[in-house]
Amino acid sequence: MATSATAMEHAAPPEPGLRAFVQKLRNGDQVVHIITLIFAATILLITSLLVYELWINSSLSRSKFGLMFFWTRVWDPVSGDFGALPFIYGTLVTAVVSLAIAVPLGLAAAIFLAELAPRRLSDGIAFLIDLLAAVPSVIYGLLGIFIVVPLMRTVIGPALKHTLGFLPLFSGPNYGVGFLTAGIVLAIMVVPFIISVSREVLLTVPREQREAAQALGATRWESTWQVVVPWARTGIMGSIFLALARALGETMAVTMVIGNDPKIAASLFAPGYTIAAVIANEFTEATGNLYLSALIELGLVLFLMTFILNGLARLLIVATERGGGRPA
Amino acid sequence: MKKTILVALLVLGLVATTGADGTVLLNAAGATFPYPIYSKWFDVYHNAHPNVQINYQSIGSGGGIRQLQAGTVDFGASDGPMSDEQLAQSKVKILHFPTVLGAVVPTYNIPGVSGDLNFTQAALAGIYLGKITKWNDPELTKANPSVKLPGDDIVVVHRSDGSGTSYIFTDFLSKVSPEWQSKVGKNTSVNWPVGLGGKGNEGVSGLVKQTPDAIGYIELIYAVQNNIPYGKVQNAAGKFVKADLAGVTAAAAGAAKDMPADFRVSITNAPGATAYPISSFTWLLIPAQIPDAAKKNAIKDFLKWMLVDGQNYNEGLSYAKLPKPVIVKEEKAIALIQ
Repeated sequence: MATSATAMEHAAPPEPGLRAFVQKLRNGDQVVHIITLIFAATILLITSLLVYELWINSSLSRSKFGLMFFWTRVWDPVSGDFGALPFIYGTLVTAVVSLAIAVPLGLAAAIFLAELAPRRLSDGIAFLIDLLAAVPSVIYGLLGIFIVVPLMRTVIGPALKHTLGFLPLFSGPNYGVGFLTAGIVLAIMVVPFIISVSREVLLTVPREQREAAQALGATRWESTWQVVVPWARTGIMGSIFLALARALGETMAVTMVIGNDPKIAASLFAPGYTIAAVIANEFTEATGNLYLSALIELGLVLFLMTFILNGLARLLIVATERGGGRPA
Repeated sequence: MKKTILVALLVLGLVATTGADGTVLLNAAGATFPYPIYSKWFDVYHNAHPNVQINYQSIGSGGGIRQLQAGTVDFGASDGPMSDEQLAQSKVKILHFPTVLGAVVPTYNIPGVSGDLNFTQAALAGIYLGKITKWNDPELTKANPSVKLPGDDIVVVHRSDGSGTSYIFTDFLSKVSPEWQSKVGKNTSVNWPVGLGGKGNEGVSGLVKQTPDAIGYIELIYAVQNNIPYGKVQNAAGKFVKADLAGVTAAAAGAAKDMPADFRVSITNAPGATAYPISSFTWLLIPAQIPDAAKKNAIKDFLKWMLVDGQNYNEGLSYAKLPKPVIVKEEKAIALIQ
């Protein structure tokens, strides 16, 4: 530090404007500003390049199918007819099923860890949960094949049919693989994200909030559910959307347990297909130009879906923050 | 040991100073099905000819064809012959050289049934079209009089990823069933009328093993290496044949008589009493014009070696050998590389 300062003093005195700039540089603020700006710009650049590449390389498919690509159900590489609807449907259904399971489970676990469990237990479990979040997805896929699929065929599926079989959701043949199995495996994969982030957020809620609620006669549960959770709402939602993003884009684990059949079926037992799974499955052996182009357009559709869902998430957060100055 | 290290260092040094001293580095990409035998060949060939190094990436037939068309590799490899359209799109003329043979076998899991089932051609087509839905369908019981088949629903399993295996299987179904030909057709992946998709041979065999009353199709090599039981398939002569390497070579020999000059031939449902009907060549795709003389000579020499010495390594890795008449024809075709 000292040597560089003396070096600067020996240099010729710079012009006033420049001197101010150099002064700023020496303070470090400007340097940090420029470096972080470059990094932030890189993300923007990568995203735009990604969209550009997807857009250019899908031109063949876009010009042939137009908007019908979103509505047709046929996926026939032999005749060259491609439609994205079964894949969009499969992606949304598996994501919804996984969140329906993971959100209550994750939130409850986070509340226990942040509010009720002794601190040491809470920290220990949080460490394990962070480990779970780092397990490669193919491992979850194997877990799915060897444990969830047989359980689904022999225990969960028949039980659901017995009790809720009158609903179209739980009718039809049960192969063990399908939307529900994929949803369950996805739920197992995303629940660590929800627990980990939600727990952190709940822990940041000021102690005074709880004490104030309890001083007013609230029970522990009332103070948690009516004060702490609403306070942490934005962060909890953030964790849910992180989970949603992972569920939408998950490839390997899903393709191993979903049955890979591009059909739209009301039953959750039926086999389905997701966008990420079909791209991973068919990309290497896609021989025709149109076929390849259609797969790339599917990638564009997935990008669009994530974009829209993230946008909706932002809107939701803004809306709840506006209405939520005072927790009900 | 010391000597091999020295040779390796020498080769590395040579590669680093590309070409100037006669080292030839060839890049190739394509099919995954023949990858084990190709990597064996390239390794053995490299040991015998230290100045030739062949780098093969098993990225899939489609990727191999695209890279060859784009000129980013010296040669490609594919499990299905290139279509006329693909050949027309290529900037250079591309020659096909059959290298080894593979086969696809039906595997199944029916509780209480052990032993080999016989599958007629109509039975396989019917099952995969979704027309035959029960194991005790007359088409199946007729061919298996000694087996008591249950009346349960058949769970059909196919490959979910695009693959040469699916190409061979759908090519066979297209030949034996006009309805399959018109409704579904043949490709590395198709619009399957029924069934669940499993990723890779392991995905299909895993689903079949786990799901009662399931049927799937897998590569012969995979079935042999993992001791997975499989059924017999009726061939063009009406005989039920259990797939083995000899039966696959017999299918190729049966088809060799009508072999077109460019080797782009399907040998599914080939004539001959011992021919296994769901067999196929896999091909190396070589440009007809190779401007670089060193590369050209290396590729030609490798092809000659592969047809004679290379074939001896096939059976150790469960690939069927090329039949003699095909080898003779290919040796002549090597002269077409200019």
